[in-house]
Formats: sequence, structure tokens, C-alpha cells
Amino acid sequence: MSEVLRVENLTKRYISGFVLTRKVVGAENVSFSIGKGEVLSLVGESGSGKTTVSRMILRLIKPTSGRIYLNGKDIFAYSIEDYYKKVQAIFQDPYTSFNPHYTVNKVLKDAANFIKMGSNDKSKSKEDAAFRSSLETIGLAADEVLGRHPYELSGGQMQRVLIARCLLIGPELLVADEVTSMIDASTRVAVLNELSRLAKEEKMAMLFITHDIGQAYYISDKVAIMEKGRVVEIGSTENVLFEPKSSYAKQLVTSVPKLHEKWELGLESIYRVD
Amino acid sequence: MQDDISIRVQNLKGYYRGSFGVIHAVEDVSLIVRRGDILGLAGESGCGKSTFLKLLIGVPEPPLSYEGGEVELEGYDIWKMDYGTLRRKVLGKCVSYVPQSSCDALNPVLRIRQFIADLLKEQTGHSYSAKEIREMLVAHFASLGLDKRILDLYPHELSGGMKQRSVVAISTYLKPSILLLDEPTSALDVTSQKRLIEMLASLYQEGITKTIVISAHDLAILRQICNRIAIMYAGKIVEVGKMDDVVSDPLHPYTELLINSLMPLERRIKTEKLTALGGRPPDLRVPPQGCRFNPRCPSRMDVCMSKEPPLIEEDERLVACWLHCGRRQES
Repeated sequence: MSEVLRVENLTKRYISGFVLTRKVVGAENVSFSIGKGEVLSLVGESGSGKTTVSRMILRLIKPTSGRIYLNGKDIFAYSIEDYYKKVQAIFQDPYTSFNPHYTVNKVLKDAANFIKMGSNDKSKSKEDAAFRSSLETIGLAADEVLGRHPYELSGGQMQRVLIARCLLIGPELLVADEVTSMIDASTRVAVLNELSRLAKEEKMAMLFITHDIGQAYYISDKVAIMEKGRVVEIGSTENVLFEPKSSYAKQLVTSVPKLHEKWELGLESIYRVD
Repeated sequence: MQDDISIRVQNLKGYYRGSFGVIHAVEDVSLIVRRGDILGLAGESGCGKSTFLKLLIGVPEPPLSYEGGEVELEGYDIWKMDYGTLRRKVLGKCVSYVPQSSCDALNPVLRIRQFIADLLKEQTGHSYSAKEIREMLVAHFASLGLDKRILDLYPHELSGGMKQRSVVAISTYLKPSILLLDEPTSALDVTSQKRLIEMLASLYQEGITKTIVISAHDLAILRQICNRIAIMYAGKIVEVGKMDDVVSDPLHPYTELLINSLMPLERRIKTEKLTALGGRPPDLRVPPQGCRFNPRCPSRMDVCMSKEPPLIEEDERLVACWLHCGRRQES
């Protein structure tokens, strides 16, 4: 598997306060790599630095130290347009990812124009067909959604429109930051299935960020567990989530509620006798 | 047995009325919760879980309006009481309600103990000094595994999980026999979720609260603590039963789909393909004719489109689905 993204000793320290400043660790010595068609989940509790890492990879904030390489080349060596043709993101809140004045058609058209930027391709007729096929592949009826505004769609539909948009741009790396936390459990599976298919069929590398460990297990090939800005454990999903070695990972994994296994709460004997 | 029943709900209805129209959020819900039950209330967002809990305590905020039905809490028929009596006799003492964003319920400019002093003054009419408050609450906090130092802190100094647990501890100080919790775990991380569930278990074990109702959209978390479960869909209760039975053998098609769409950390989710529940919940301004689940139901029949299924009893379980009405008639 050829390597798409490599992160080496990435560190970010935020400066907090106004006069009496102090440094707050956002991420500390984070290293990992993602190959083509591979999904890496970054798992941790709130405040563990997952989003800080994703923002540095997306060039939204500058790392304090450490390097990030895309296809072996430092990410700051790319021009910003080139970089975003290769790296795309889907965020937590679909409602803020959309311009409320734009229809789905316009959103996709902007994406299509973005790819053509800098090239001499002036063809227009293909666009509509491309929009339709990208929407159909992720299970949305094109006639139903194309003319609509974001407020007319459900959260699940909006996230899927954003996936369709990514499909159109065809990045090499997709950063999915808590994409399912705003949508209902029943439609969550559909969004995850689409993302997983995107990685496998389009050979896209994916960084999947979540606090839901079940979802991380469902979608990813590799998992990294973060605690207070550090990666405490990284490896294959099976090893990390079912045979964790570090004490933090163990504690985290045993706290996940399971449907067919109960915690020892000592309630069985004292429930009201039916 | 009359004495055995903690919560009795008969044909409860609650609608949201406003410029957007009339949303039939809770329609004809009947439910009995016996003393000693820990009942889970599960369903998608917008299915009426929160509305139902708000109607149970008898203080709906506009645009929610009460449209009929009865609620009896420990024998008090709360919709027939005036607000003053309700507040004096029932709220806080007999039933405690912890709303969804209860982390924001704490006053940001008061220490936790000052906040409690305010509450107790309101409830008992007596002003307590800081020392008295500390003496009264240290034991209660300790029995729930909370640090007594929390009493002297401000809300912003606490993490989300600690705030949530403090709110639950405060709301159970007057030993209400019924505790209603609206989505207590959904804003918390997994480890805080577990601590909250352990705390609820110790509240129950020490007999501080006798009956607990917890709403959540995550069935896996309810599974850990509840002995009974009620599944809601589009303002109706579609299935009620013992937790183990419902999870291992769901009767209503919606329950089955809801369970299948969960993603717990279990090896089977990688091997079995999980299926998404297609479509979206109905617009409750114009609820579907017949069974409210019929537009999304995989085993829809003709009768589902025209007639609403009654909630029938089958092997100690209640289910509202024509599939099971038919089965009973045949046997």
C-alpha cells in the first residue's frame, strides 16, 4: 500500500491567557501514516487533541513543530489550490458547512469549477451528468436534492451531499471530523457505508475522527487512541480495540457500552422481582 | 395492585402549537411504571421522548401544550392539581426531573453549595448557612462517589461529566421516589457516561430513588442499567417489555431496525452488514394515516395504511403492530 499521508512528531501548543500567558498542549509528538485506500481512526475523548491534529493536516492552523508529508512532499510546499484538490474534509455540523443561500446544484458546480481552476477545460455539458452520477452513487435521488437548499434537507442527506462533493473533487486524502455526531443513529450507518465504500473503491486515504469507538471499529483498518494530545496506542483495529495494551486504552474500551454484555453494577439481584 | 404503581399514564397527549402549525408530538400514550423499575425510553431524535418526560412533571413550557390524558405520580393526579400544590408537594420531593441540557442548569456565578442553598430555601422555606449546607451534603455526595470539594467550586471549574453528576446529586437530595432523566448521557464521553450510570446504580441500590426513567437514543447505554424498556416512534409507544427480551427478540419492526442500526463495539458488526433505516421520521404536523411507522416499514400490510394498531399485550410485553394482532387472533 503506497503511503499517502505521513505525520511526524507533530506538536501544537496553544497560548492561553492575555497577560499571564501559559502554554496549553494541543497535540504532542503525534506520528502516524495512512496508505492508499486505508482508513485510520483517531479516537479519544473530548479535549484529547483529535481535532487539533486534523486542523493541522488541513492547514487551518500551523504546527508548533513536526512535519506533515503528502505523497512524500511537505504539505507547505504545495500551493493552497493544489493542496485542497488533493485533501478534502467533511466536518461535524453539516448546517454550517453549507452556504444557506446555495442550492445543492450550486455547491456541486462550485466544486466542479474548483477542479477546473487553472486548466483550460471549458466544457459545461458534462457537469450535470457528473453531478447526477455522484449523487446517485451515494444513494441520493438527484432530482430530489439538486434544486434544494440546505434547510430543506435532513442532516444525513446533507452529509451525503458533502460526500458527493468530495467524490466530484476526487481528493487523495479525506479528513472526516466527527461526521456522524449530528445525525441520527438510524442514518449513521448509511453515511459510514458510503465513506467506507469511497475509501475502498476510489482508493482514497481517510482520516476518520470520532469519539464513538463502535464506529471507529466499524469503518477503519487502523486505530490511534489519543489522550491529552498524545497518541497512546496505535495499530490494527482488532489489536487496539480488543486487546489494548496501554492502561488508558483499556479503560476507554471497557467503558464502551455493549448491547449484549452488561457492566457489573450489582443490580441484577435487587431489581424488582417480576 | 394499586400501591405497586409509581407512574401511571393514561392517553396522554401533548402538542406543540405555534406559527408552524400543530405538531402532534405525544399522542395517546399510556404507560405504567411499577415501583422499583428502571425504565429506558428509546427512539430517534424527534420521536417525543423529551416531550413525554416534560408532560410527566406537569409544567410544560409554551409552545408545548397539554392536550388531555392523565398522569399519576405516586398517587398524585398531577394534571388536576394547581401549580402551587404541585410545586410544594410533588416536584423535587416526589419526582425530580433532570432536563437535557442540565449542565447549563447550574448558576455560573454561584458556587455549587450556594446554588444548593438557594434551592433548599425555595423548597423548605428555611435559609441554611454555608456550614450547614456542607454538613448536610457531604454525606450525600460521598455516598454517590462525588468529591466534597465540588461544593466549593464554580460550575466552570467542573468538567461536563462532573456537572451532570452534580446536577443529579442535587436533584436527588430531597430523596424523590421518582427520578426522570432526559438524555443524561448524550453529551458525555464514554468514561463519564460510565461513571454517571454507576452513580445512578448506587442511587437505586441505596434506595434514594425507587423508580428511574431514563431517555436516550443509544440503546446500548440503556441496556446497562434498565430492566425495562419502552420504544417510542413518532409520538407513540410502539413496544414495552423487559430489556433482555426486547433486545434479544424485538417484536415491532421498528425496534428491530433500531437495534440493527446500532454500532456497539462488538466483533459481529464487521462481519454482518449493518443496515440503515431508510427514510426519515414523519412530519408530525400531518402524521401518517394508520400506523405511524408504515412509510418506512419493511413488512407493511394493507391494514397498516388505514387503521392504527392497538397496543396489545403478548407474553408480558406490549406491542403496537398489526403483525402481532394477527398472530394472536390465529392462535
